[in-house]
Parts: sequence; C-alpha cells; structure tokens
Amino acid sequence: MLDVISQATLATLGVALLVAFIRIVKGPTLPDRIVAMDLFGVLVVGLIVVLAGSSRVRATLDAAMVIALVGFLGTVAYATYVERGDPQ
Amino acid sequence: MTDIVTAIVWLAGSAFALLAAVGVLRMPDVFTRMQASTKASTLGLACLLIGAALQMGDLASFIRVASIGAFVLLTTPVSGLVIARASYFAGVPLWEGTIVDERRDVPADTQNAEPGEEGGTRSRANAPS
Repeated sequence: MLDVISQATLATLGVALLVAFIRIVKGPTLPDRIVAMDLFGVLVVGLIVVLAGSSRVRATLDAAMVIALVGFLGTVAYATYVERGDPQ
Repeated sequence: MTDIVTAIVWLAGSAFALLAAVGVLRMPDVFTRMQASTKASTLGLACLLIGAALQMGDLASFIRVASIGAFVLLTTPVSGLVIARASYFAGVPLWEGTIVDERRDVPADTQNAEPGEEGGTRSRANAPS
C-alpha cells in the first residue's frame, strides 16, 4: 500500500515541479524566476526525502541536506545580484 | 499504523507543495508569489519530513531529518525576505490592487535618517520603468 502512496506523492511533487517550471519560463522579471527557483529547490528536497523514506536508504538524507543548503545559498546570491544590478 | 500515518502525512505534504507551485503560477505579483512559495512549501516539506522519519524509524536518520527540518525552517523566511527586499529596491512593479505600501508612504526626511545603502536605489524604485 505504501508503494502506491509514495508513487502518488512523487507524481504530485513532479506536477508541482512542472508548474514551478512554467513560472520560470514565463516569469516577466528576474525576481519571479528566483522565487520559482527557490521553490524548485524545496520541492527537490521533498522529492529526495520521500525517496529516502520509501527506500529506507539513510545516505539519501545527506543529499537532501546538501541540496537544501546549496539552494539557500544560491537564492541569497541571486538576490544580492538583483539588489546591485538591474532586473530583467 | 505507521504506514497509515505516513500515507496521510505524505499525501498532505505533496498537496501543500502542489498548492505552493500553483500559487507561484497564479499570483499576480512577485511579493504575493514569494508569500505563497515560502509558506506553503515549508509546511509541505515539514509534512514530508515527518513521514520519512516515521518510515526510517531509527535515531540516526531521525536526527538527519530533524536537522533538515530545522535548517529549512530557519532559512526559508530569510530567503523570502531577501528576495522581497531585493525586488522592491530594484523597482519591480507592485500589483495594481496593492492597498498599502508602507515603504513608499514614509516621509522624505525620515528616509534619509535610515541607515545603509538603500538611499541610492530608492529613487530608482519609485521611477517608472
């Protein structure tokens, strides 16, 4: 039963990634794309966490932690770039 | 029992993540999009983490899951604040239905008393782009 549930969870997260990707493609300004990229990072962390929970491989959680850290640093770097330079 | 709780929590978490993505797609403004993204995705990821911790069921992975959760809870508001601040001072237009913009309504003499580097970019923020 939990196999079906984890497949459904992964599919829903994939749809959410697709919707966030539409905003990355459409986004009229650069901060829109940065917000969507931030959401992308959090969704990928959730995906990896669900994979770790369903496969019970503990080392996968370390990858999720690293991706969360790198995503935060990337968002802060992009925001600093926007604040110094011009959007668009 | 653990499987049932995990199923409920995972389905709720993925639904919140999907809601965050739909909010990012549908909201009219950078600031409202940032609001939807940070709040709903934090809640969704917390639910997914609880489910994973229940599935793993040992102390080492529980510590890892808890540290991921604490890190995300600490950094998501910070990144939302940084994005909102940067896009406001970069002159990204607000939604036309915006009612209150407290930064714009500050009188001119108190703007100069504020510390820091935003004095130069304020004129750009109010200029039509």
